[in-house]
Amino acid sequence: MSRAGWIRLGAIGALVAAVEALCRAGIVSPLRLLPPSAMVLGLGPLLTSATMLAQVARTLADVGIALALAVMVGFVVGAVLSALPRVRAVVEPLLVSYYAVPVFVFYPFFIVVLGLNRYPRIAIGFLLAVVAMIVSTLNGFDRVPPVLLKTARVLRLSRVETVRRVILPHAVLYVSTGLKLAVAYAFIGVIAAEFIMSGDGIGYEIAFAFNNFDNRTLYPLILLVLLVSSSLTLALHAWERRYVARQTTQEAR
Amino acid sequence: MRQPHAVLEGVTRVYPGTGDRPPLRALGPIDLTLAHGEFFAVVGPSGCGKSTLLELVAGLQTPTDGRVVFEGTPVRGQVPDGVGVVFQQDASFPWATVHDNVAFGLRQRGTPAVEVARRVQSALSLMGLAGFASAYPAQLSGGMRQRMCIARTLVLEPRLILLDEPFGALDQQTRLLMGDELLKLWRTTGATVLLITHALDEAAVLADRIGVMSARPGRLLDVIETHWPKDRDSRLLERPELAGITARLWAHLRRESMAALAPGGATP
Repeated sequence: MSRAGWIRLGAIGALVAAVEALCRAGIVSPLRLLPPSAMVLGLGPLLTSATMLAQVARTLADVGIALALAVMVGFVVGAVLSALPRVRAVVEPLLVSYYAVPVFVFYPFFIVVLGLNRYPRIAIGFLLAVVAMIVSTLNGFDRVPPVLLKTARVLRLSRVETVRRVILPHAVLYVSTGLKLAVAYAFIGVIAAEFIMSGDGIGYEIAFAFNNFDNRTLYPLILLVLLVSSSLTLALHAWERRYVARQTTQEAR
Repeated sequence: MRQPHAVLEGVTRVYPGTGDRPPLRALGPIDLTLAHGEFFAVVGPSGCGKSTLLELVAGLQTPTDGRVVFEGTPVRGQVPDGVGVVFQQDASFPWATVHDNVAFGLRQRGTPAVEVARRVQSALSLMGLAGFASAYPAQLSGGMRQRMCIARTLVLEPRLILLDEPFGALDQQTRLLMGDELLKLWRTTGATVLLITHALDEAAVLADRIGVMSARPGRLLDVIETHWPKDRDSRLLERPELAGITARLWAHLRRESMAALAPGGATP
């Protein structure tokens, strides 16, 4: 690990130790905050409880569905928009200002339309994630250098083959940027929607523990969400470094 | 003169005007015959339409007037079989390994895998890239990427190779060595070569004949024969005759380049 990496790890460790000390010394009441060590110990019973594991699995499945839909729809919409410049001219300003809209205001509407079940949450996760995918796909298509299109003509590729063998592979190099954002957005969307109103999922369990002043469940659950989302992000980074970075030049990134 | 391989007859290219911009006459009329197996270089001031000329011969653009004939057949709207092009810009496919980049055209043609492997291997060794087959273009230097693009063209055994300032982005030493490589390729393949360049010494060393173009609209002002032996390389730089050739090229180009730079003259 690099020097900066060790310093970063040290800083996080020091912060955790400070919180631990404040809690142990009684300066922060356990009614407000659990000491970090107790949060970690609290993970044990959570992870051995079948009902809790089922909630985690439910949340992960919903995130997975929202993400898969966002990636597929986002890529297709991005591809279609790049092929239709007139439609794109109409739609693009909306995409650019999209994240100024708090998508959660539509959550009650989705509950009314889809019912109080998993689908409104998936819809929120999807809506948050899909635009990041559309934008990065458009970017990938935009950046196909003209010389590659000329090369395709010299190699006597048909129009369809040019799209399939030159334009698509080039666009895919840029999709990893959108994918990382989409993972984060899908997580935020699904868990926050569970938290606001739902009958299951990690977000629901957090809200339930919160409403019942059950700190011994609340804080380990928050820690669990942090662990799951950060390990997923790390795995994605590792994948990107291994398979994508070597194919993109410094200039392209 | 040997058998004609590619013929340009009164080739003219006018870019249509848009809105209040008048149409732009970029090139021509140009009459030129490339003989089978000759090495022809084109020099000219910037913006004179050298690259347009190459794209017209390749079939990447269509002449506004006149026509291009390759191996007896008029070139229209698509690149004819047997023509290979190397561009100035990096044209490598970043998502594919060096091997897959070079194999791309062969696979496209449905060449059997064993044959693909053999020909890619030999093209890579010829260009000094044998150890880099599994590398990605981003891991190579600019010169190596350009060699890879030459290998990708070469592996298809084109009968006419068009090169658009292929060494433009390389340093002087590298371009001299790449020039030697190019001469070696030309001798072994027997292909006809059309090289666009802005480097006078490069044209003077490499080519059998050198066409000098005027400022825009580009026309051929002069065609200079070098009379070099076929078995030549960059050591020609020592030869006193070289100065005579470059001086003659520069005499034309100095006037045309000044015309191109003058206010109200052609802009690049």
